[in-house]
Amino acid sequence: MAQHQVNYLKDGGLPVALTTIDKVVNWGRSNSLWALTYGLACCGIEMMASGASRYDFDRFGTIFRASPRQAELMIVAGTLTKKHAEFIRRLYDQMTEPKWVISMGSCANTGGMFNTYATVQGVDRVIPVDLYLPGCAPRPETLQYAVLLLQQKIRRESASRAQKPKRLM
Amino acid sequence: MQQPNRLRPFFENITFDRSDNELILNFGPQHPSAHGQLRLMLHLQQEQITKAHPDIGYLHRGMEKMAENMIYNEFMPTTDRMDYIASSSNNYGFALAVEKLIGLEVPRRAKVIRMMLLEMNRLMSHLFWLATTALDIGAMTVFLFAFREREYLMDLIEDYCGARLTHAAIRIGGVPLDLPDNFIADLRKFLDKLPENIKDYEDLLDSNRIWKMRMENVGVISKEMALSWGCSGIMLRASGIEWDIRKEEPYELYDEVEFNVPVSDKGDNYARYKLYMAEMRESAKILHQVIDMYADTTPELMAHAPQYISAPKIDIMTQNYSLMQHFVLVTQGMRPPVGEVYVATESPKGELGYYINSQGDAYPYRLKLRAPSFWHTGILTDLLPGHYIPDVVAIIGTTNIVFGEVDR
Repeated sequence: MAQHQVNYLKDGGLPVALTTIDKVVNWGRSNSLWALTYGLACCGIEMMASGASRYDFDRFGTIFRASPRQAELMIVAGTLTKKHAEFIRRLYDQMTEPKWVISMGSCANTGGMFNTYATVQGVDRVIPVDLYLPGCAPRPETLQYAVLLLQQKIRRESASRAQKPKRLM
Repeated sequence: MQQPNRLRPFFENITFDRSDNELILNFGPQHPSAHGQLRLMLHLQQEQITKAHPDIGYLHRGMEKMAENMIYNEFMPTTDRMDYIASSSNNYGFALAVEKLIGLEVPRRAKVIRMMLLEMNRLMSHLFWLATTALDIGAMTVFLFAFREREYLMDLIEDYCGARLTHAAIRIGGVPLDLPDNFIADLRKFLDKLPENIKDYEDLLDSNRIWKMRMENVGVISKEMALSWGCSGIMLRASGIEWDIRKEEPYELYDEVEFNVPVSDKGDNYARYKLYMAEMRESAKILHQVIDMYADTTPELMAHAPQYISAPKIDIMTQNYSLMQHFVLVTQGMRPPVGEVYVATESPKGELGYYINSQGDAYPYRLKLRAPSFWHTGILTDLLPGHYIPDVVAIIGTTNIVFGEVDR
């Protein structure tokens, strides 16, 4: 009879990692943020550049999707005009929960340099924003840093409950 | 506004008369291959388009109105955001218009640097066009390749002015900075590699069966149609009209450099694609010549016109009167003489015109922007009927429209 006994506390212990469901779910969510292609103006070009060869957004698990149903992150890249405001709300509502929004660039943050009759002075008047990204236009590195920050934010959130309603400005 | 409880959609100013199985498809305003916020209302008979109605204004930011409340130098960064793929060409058009209005003569070194920026912007714009159009048609590799080269150009521009996308690198009366060290060597290195890169794209696309099927004999614009819709740039040259403002009304140093204007008489998507490739080669040729010109220029960068342009920094710091003038120019702005001016330049997209009406104030009384993409969007009304849905993407691609410019 083999006198084999495993000491579960020695040599690294159990071949099992103990964690919470929340952490596992959030780990998955934060590392596969699929973004909606929402290039409205100049920032959209930098958003494309961050998806293209040099900056390679796929490294962070961020893949651009054309459909709001397949996306959980909306990167509002560019000036939101009053004529377009209706559609951004509609697309935001079409996205499945959980969903996050990055407001990219000065125009999306506050209207930026376009303080005119036609532009919405900040996208946060229409949809709730999780992260504001300054710059006109922000560099691709900035956008990638923003996504990393958003990942940290997602990992802090609780995964099991529905998202709390977010505040509009 | 939409009425949610009505089955019939209600759109402002547009009536739909439906009597058959016609389907109305909304393409946009947020479509990944609409190149911005274009909304096309397509009337479809099966897959064929019977009527197309481009709806614009989703990126209207009121730039012309903004210009009326800004001093001339203040408006310069706003022009960046028009055709944001080639911002320096917008800066240049505006600077040239104001210079014509005042009657300024720009120093030669500034001209050489401007020419470099303009042609680099043309290359950037054409590379971007190639990347996005190829992506829309499904050639992902070309997208990645062309963006790689575009990044090298953006690095060069960043070396010069510090910005990647919105350069504001040209001032009224000259350029603010001299070229940094190694700029010319780096540019030469880039230009030496460029022909190989262009050949790579052509190897990938020219003999590609899918690319040819999507491009050849699709979106044919006849000569008359191109003229009557006010096309310019490659849209016009692909339809067999040799018209390039760089040749017709040479501005800057374009009369001193040797280059060809590629023309095609096919008028289809494929012809436009070939012209973009040929123009990239021509741009590289111009850049080579301009680099050679740089060596024998004197280091002045801004025009000497104390009434309109601030003196060089050294004068401002040492001479009291220059400092006073600088203060007045910064706080109140220059006051060009009464008059109006229209200046057209050949931007990468076509004829980019600035009309300025000055009443002698520090603010323009009226500033009108004539953007090529606006007219190239209008032509979709006539061009799309008869085509199929997949062709729409290819045609929008080759018209090369940018919505910052269409809606302004």
